[in-house]
Amino acid sequence: MTINWKKIIKAAVAVASVAALTLSAVNFKPATANADSNSSSVSAIKKRGVLRVATFGDLPPYGWVNKDGKRVGYDVALARRMAKDMGVKVKFIQVNANNRVDTLNSNKADIVLANFTETPERKNVVDWAKPYMKVSVGVVSPKNKKITKLSQLNGKQLIVTKGTTAENYFTSKQKSVSLLKFDSKTQQFNALKNGRGAALADDNSYLYAWVKRNPKYTVGIKSVGPHQYIAPAVKKGNKSLLNWTNSEITKLNKQSFFTDDYNKELKPYFGSEVKPSDIVLKQGN
Amino acid sequence: MAHSGINVLFEGTNFARLMGGLWTAIWIAALALVIGLALGTLLGLLRTMNSKIIRFILMIYLEFFRIVPTVVLLFLVYYILPRQFHVNWPATWMAILAFALWVSAEFSDIVRGALESVPVHQRETGLALGMNEWQLFRYVLLPQAFRLELPATINLATRVIKTTSLLMMISIMDVINVGQQIIEANNQNYPTGVFWVYGLIFFLYFIVDYPLARWAKHLMAG
Repeated sequence: MTINWKKIIKAAVAVASVAALTLSAVNFKPATANADSNSSSVSAIKKRGVLRVATFGDLPPYGWVNKDGKRVGYDVALARRMAKDMGVKVKFIQVNANNRVDTLNSNKADIVLANFTETPERKNVVDWAKPYMKVSVGVVSPKNKKITKLSQLNGKQLIVTKGTTAENYFTSKQKSVSLLKFDSKTQQFNALKNGRGAALADDNSYLYAWVKRNPKYTVGIKSVGPHQYIAPAVKKGNKSLLNWTNSEITKLNKQSFFTDDYNKELKPYFGSEVKPSDIVLKQGN
Repeated sequence: MAHSGINVLFEGTNFARLMGGLWTAIWIAALALVIGLALGTLLGLLRTMNSKIIRFILMIYLEFFRIVPTVVLLFLVYYILPRQFHVNWPATWMAILAFALWVSAEFSDIVRGALESVPVHQRETGLALGMNEWQLFRYVLLPQAFRLELPATINLATRVIKTTSLLMMISIMDVINVGQQIIEANNQNYPTGVFWVYGLIFFLYFIVDYPLARWAKHLMAG
């Protein structure tokens, strides 16, 4: 008996491709979370027993892994506290800067706590809860030629990295300062050490950590321009978790949780001139 | 040398974590290869048939997986599938799926090439002996094609193992991802740690891939 393999295979391929096409057509649904299918609502998280939090794994002191393989950091401590208050376990989904939004949209995580700065563009793609940290542009200079006022920068070179908030702010708002632009953090700090500019501007949270390792320098201007806020982000439309997070942050603010978190996770990394109130928002009643 | 960078490898559980990362990469590669080679054999066989439609569909399949970079494939299965089709599997299974489809596409071409390069007279002799299609495939074409495709298959396997370094893009704790965690966590105390961590990772990939490469070379020569 000869079996007609060709015909059988042809039929199988045809059936499979039709099935695949139908399946993809049927399942094509818009991506927004709605009430009945919100897999990240508070009740869904409680039912699952696990809060999935997207954090960094390589950004000390905000989200990183210590030598014992444990996730620690300012963001991570908040994540653990939130899970504890919700009465569930915590699971960390490691992200990098580029995939924080996609991780929410593809339901890989319930909430992002990854040094995520609120910007107008990002407001369109995620929902922001109340902020838990503030950053702004700071200016670092040598201790012996300290820059404490912007007027001291007139006619001098200020070092910045391209694409940062600092570059943006000085280009558009402080036109009298001439800028010396670099491509990476390593380059800009080397330029400052080699005396190629009078001072350097960047996010103050980076500068605080840098002066800790380079004690000859100081953050003479801690904050210029508008504050920017670091806040938890949830998937667009996830009202349930958004409301819960907002009341949680309010509660934690009252308990001064973030000052404790600062002292435990950030203080060892920052220079001694930095106070908790430079980073955390108003605590206590 | 109190702060020599090499110590970063042996702080706490760092070394064990790197090994764990390597194991993750290896089992994902191995499972993807097993599934991909099986599927690829089938597809390669289909591609030697006369039907133009099947050959065209499989050609598109091959070109798709050959042209689209693996990192894009990983993003597709990890972010786009869950979003648009509500297929929400763990990252490791998604990675195995993407890698297996890629392997099967590449391998189908290897199988097709090998089957077609079995001399025509072998096939005709088989037909003259009264073999049917299946017997011809099983007893004449497959054994000869197998030897022809072996070196290219091993080469494909080494590529798959190397490509697991992209798994970090979809939040899988492979050896590179763990390495970066260790580098960043120790940047303050061990500024030269980056050299040692990547050095070790280089060495790990090397001892996994080199025996395979040697074997492929040996088979080519023999």
